[in-house]
Amino acid sequence: MATHEVTFPVTDSAEILKLRAGDEVVVQGHIIGIRDRTQIRIFDQMVEPPMDLRGAFLLHTAPGVRKLGPGRYEKVCIGTTTSARMVRFTEPLGSQYGVRAICGKGGFPDEAIEPMQRLGMVYFAIVGGAAALETTQIEEIEEVAWEELMPECLWKFRVKDFGPLTVGIDAHGNSLYRDVQERARKKLEDIYARL
Amino acid sequence: MTTATITDLGQAVEDAAAHLYVWALQDIPQDLRDALARAAEKETSVTGQRVLQTILRNVNVAEDQKNLVCQDTGIAVYYCRVGEGFPLHPARIYEALKAGTERATVEHPLRSNTVHTLTRENTGQNVGYRVPIVHWDFIPDWDGLDVKCVPKGSGSENMSFLKMCVPADGVTGIKKFVLESIVDAGGKPCPPGIVGVGIGGSADYAMHLAKEAIARPVGTRNEDPLVAELEEDLYELLNETGIGPMGLGGDVTVLSVHVEHADTHMTLNPVAVNYQCWAARRASAHVAADGSIEYERDA
Ligand code: SF4
Repeated sequence: MATHEVTFPVTDSAEILKLRAGDEVVVQGHIIGIRDRTQIRIFDQMVEPPMDLRGAFLLHTAPGVRKLGPGRYEKVCIGTTTSARMVRFTEPLGSQYGVRAICGKGGFPDEAIEPMQRLGMVYFAIVGGAAALETTQIEEIEEVAWEELMPECLWKFRVKDFGPLTVGIDAHGNSLYRDVQERARKKLEDIYARL
Repeated sequence: MTTATITDLGQAVEDAAAHLYVWALQDIPQDLRDALARAAEKETSVTGQRVLQTILRNVNVAEDQKNLVCQDTGIAVYYCRVGEGFPLHPARIYEALKAGTERATVEHPLRSNTVHTLTRENTGQNVGYRVPIVHWDFIPDWDGLDVKCVPKGSGSENMSFLKMCVPADGVTGIKKFVLESIVDAGGKPCPPGIVGVGIGGSADYAMHLAKEAIARPVGTRNEDPLVAELEEDLYELLNETGIGPMGLGGDVTVLSVHVEHADTHMTLNPVAVNYQCWAARRASAHVAADGSIEYERDA
């Protein structure tokens, strides 16, 4: 298992293709915060997002923030939410907007594996609940759009040494979550035979 | 003996609730810190180590920066043990807990999560109709009040499961259901955490007991040796599944299994599972009949 540093947004797909399930990744640059309502607005209500998502790293979050002035916010406590609820947006995020990485907690179900492979995308697992640390790695909230969806707006964060993240699903058809589930199911058969 | 007026006591309970809610979110108990450190010693997988080391670092950062351990401020849950001689009626204790929850949310400020269950509109500052949620116990021959605050995050609460096993399923059926539930939950409830299991009683009471179980200090054993044995067995079996920290694979899937039980009907065998994530936050206070408060993080 290798360790990588990747700066987002990425322009070269080699940056994504070099990542393998289980690898450790630390992220620099800019990442975009997004959640259920943000994606419902984009894909179900068909409103164009007012931010460029090409090559982007999306984080599943509803940040705790303090308002400083019009459109200006300061971080208070920023953590990550469970991803599985939002898996249906994976394909269109990649095919229509060129998103390259989605980061959250708990993993994506197997239906994400095929579109991620086809579109050259990865899923990053963050340590859920480790929000105090995550907050220190977010340097600044640079932009916010759709404030009326607070806190499920579109957020642009500048980050430094964001991580460590684990590649949960890579762009080559591998998923740690699928492997872990398969092994656990087999193990359960063993255990049941002993009970 | 009792010098406090009823208003003072109400204020004391409100103060205790306001303090406990924030404190629980910032500063996790020692037994939990120790359990996480032991998990890190035991874990052999690379990804599992990465997760556990990050969790331990996070706990320290939260303390240094006076930030919250986790961003999910949860739904406020309190456990009250009310002495029969405590001069404030539970109806007023409830009002005070609600006021304290609201005050902590506004003053800190904390993220507010409480919504109307149908309209999904935010109902205020982490309070609403029947929120906070309070578990009551009444103690004879005593005039004090113990309050424990356990903010419960949604990631783990969403991983709650109930099965009405039949008596013929026996203990094996109970074990199978707990194992299946935790494998199904995978990484979603932020493992490794505490698995709360409620058995017996009725459907609703089994879940109530599962919730009581997660509020116990990590690794405490049920007083009934038969139930304690079930706790040990389940702990070993669950850690064989390999789900691992954050569901990425590894040796440590759960920190502990706590089981609470009640006698039941001869044709019932209910099993409830309530998961508590690694951020198993809790904080306690004792309010004396004279309104003085003593805080205790590790109760
Ligand atoms: S499940 Fe627990 S640790 Fe994970 S995000 Fe929710 S409250 Fe935090």
